[in-house]
Amino acid sequence: MGPWLLRRLGQVLPTLLILSVLIFGLQQLMPGDPALILAGEERGDPQVLAQIRAELRLDRPLPEQYLHWLGRVLVGDFGFSWRIREPVGALILAKLPVTFQLAGMAFAIALLIGVPMGVLSAVRRDRPLDWLANGIALFGISTPNFWLGIMLILLFSVELGWLPPSGYVPLTEDPLQSLATTIMPAFVLGNSIAGVLMRHTRAAMLTALSQDYVRTARAKGLPERVVVAKHALRNALIPVITLGTIEFGRLLAGAVLTEQIFTIPGFGKLIVDAVFNRDYPVVQGVVLATALIFVLLSLVADLLTMAVNPRLRTA
Amino acid sequence: MRPPVLEVIGLTVEFATDRGPLRAVDGVSFRVGAGETLAVVGESGCGKSVTSLAIMGLLPPGTRLGGAVRLLGEELLGQPGRAWQGRRGRDLAMIFQEPMTSLNPAFTAGEQVAEALRLHEGLAPRAAMDRAVEMLARVRIPEAARRARQYPHQLSGGMRQRVMIAMALACRPRLLIADEPTTALDVTVQAQILALLDELKRETGTAVVLITHDLGVVADHADRVAVMYAGRIAETAPADTLFARPEHPYTVGLLGAVPAIEGGAGRLASIEGTVPDLRRPPPGCRFAPRCPFAGRDCEAQPPLAEVGAGHAAACWRAPLDRMLAA
Ligand SMILES: Nc1ncnc2c1ncn2[C@@H]1O[C@H](COP(=O)(O)OP(=O)(O)O)[C@@H](O)[C@H]1O
Ligand code: SF4
Ligand SMILES: [Mg+2]
Repeated sequence: MGPWLLRRLGQVLPTLLILSVLIFGLQQLMPGDPALILAGEERGDPQVLAQIRAELRLDRPLPEQYLHWLGRVLVGDFGFSWRIREPVGALILAKLPVTFQLAGMAFAIALLIGVPMGVLSAVRRDRPLDWLANGIALFGISTPNFWLGIMLILLFSVELGWLPPSGYVPLTEDPLQSLATTIMPAFVLGNSIAGVLMRHTRAAMLTALSQDYVRTARAKGLPERVVVAKHALRNALIPVITLGTIEFGRLLAGAVLTEQIFTIPGFGKLIVDAVFNRDYPVVQGVVLATALIFVLLSLVADLLTMAVNPRLRTA
Repeated sequence: MRPPVLEVIGLTVEFATDRGPLRAVDGVSFRVGAGETLAVVGESGCGKSVTSLAIMGLLPPGTRLGGAVRLLGEELLGQPGRAWQGRRGRDLAMIFQEPMTSLNPAFTAGEQVAEALRLHEGLAPRAAMDRAVEMLARVRIPEAARRARQYPHQLSGGMRQRVMIAMALACRPRLLIADEPTTALDVTVQAQILALLDELKRETGTAVVLITHDLGVVADHADRVAVMYAGRIAETAPADTLFARPEHPYTVGLLGAVPAIEGGAGRLASIEGTVPDLRRPPPGCRFAPRCPFAGRDCEAQPPLAEVGAGHAAACWRAPLDRMLAA
């Protein structure tokens, strides 16, 4: 286990390093001079501009800027936001739980809908229930998030007045209200993933159900429910977990747009604002943090896969 | 008289396929008593596996079954699926041709044997696992306790088939169907597995249906033989009688293809021609297109008629020796 973990980290570090170079290089291509934006009213004064550039090291050569930034990151210092004048690390830590709550709820919704629906439609293959499940999945996959989001707001907030159309209350402050502010965006996000999970689960279940060991389980006299839920599902989950983690990553990306629609002050909003304001330290910090999250996710996926697949545990 | 353990009467199995109905089994009858081994032999595709899956009630839903399957005199075919399910693994058990894929890769060998015991004997998990380890030891798996904790991929093919046997026999079934249990294994392991099955059968009095296309196996391990051809029984007899006096041209062909029965290494070598398409079988005797003795009368289906004590053949020319003498 220990050596395995080290090996995994050894694979990941070079990736992160290349990524950090890319982030640094790419944002130089963004139009607009950060000094001009930061100077605001005084943007006509060359002395102010020079001072800002010196302060932010924008007058140094690019490689030097990069190495300086990297050196600080390695000791856990992501720098200060140019715009908000707060440490980037603190900003990220403040926004992360919001997005994680949203993504977590969305993923739970996706799992609760997608996996059972996939199992049912595999068991009832080519029968009305299968068609219905496939129809629902197709709807989930093909509905644009922004459209579904607006429809939900129109129905539940404007028409019925049951849920707030926007805003966010932290879980720690008022759990119920927190759920009320996140359930609609979580559903919008989860809905698209549910369809994908359903299709994956259905395919994996169909494969599992046609295996010889399923026939053995039936020959043993197990009730069909146990054959499906224990013998087939256990094996079908292996590919579903891998694909599920990829979907979870996509869901974090999807959160950017959804947070905009529902004005939720999460990670997505943080990065969108930072890009518009040319707030480079924030952009760099957020992208790097996202990359780290992906790395952690794939680690979790591997651990889960090992848990359900003894061939990996006992190789 | 006590009913036989298994009695199959006029069994028919019909699949609906894209290109029309396929009658894979057409009027098959046989019986097996306690402690008896019936070998079912025939070329690949003649309906051996379908017959055994029909007895187990394991054919896909939508398959049309006809005739009767009686276990200890009790009819199974008409029963709801649930009643049948309750007897599988307890009264009726089966081991399959593919030891490499028949065990679930996600559970240990011990868990898979214990599962049957928990289900049918209501044992608690611990007790079931203890019994499972006992069973594994009984099928001669060395270090059974350690092997019980291993997963299928950690076991060899022969070992996996032993686990399958342990699983099948864990609840002391009245009937065991072994569908080509050693075909996928190498020769030494084959012999060991078959010897093990014989020994366990003697101890438990289980009735065994041994499906094989290896006539050497029949000679060494069967009491009776049923030879199948294209979904029907061509000939049935006590094993020695069949080898001494085969009466059906197909059986004669099969035996002719066995170099030395005593050597035990013979497989069904090819007889001229191929097995008919079961969607469009020849009218009358299905062996006619390949039969050297075929004549006009063979366009009518020959009944499985008695030709000796416990010996029947479905051929208009049987008994053959009479005809050859003439
Ligand atoms: N589920 C099924 N649907 C359609 N045809 C089948 C099915 N299972 C078996 N068959 C056909 O039934 C015939 C007998 O097959 P089988 O019993 O497996 O032969 P074998 O004697 O080699 O065990 C074959 O022609 C096979 O193609
Ligand atoms: S009935 Fe006729 S065709 Fe069929 S096996 Fe006998 S002789 Fe041959
Ligand atoms: Mg077969």
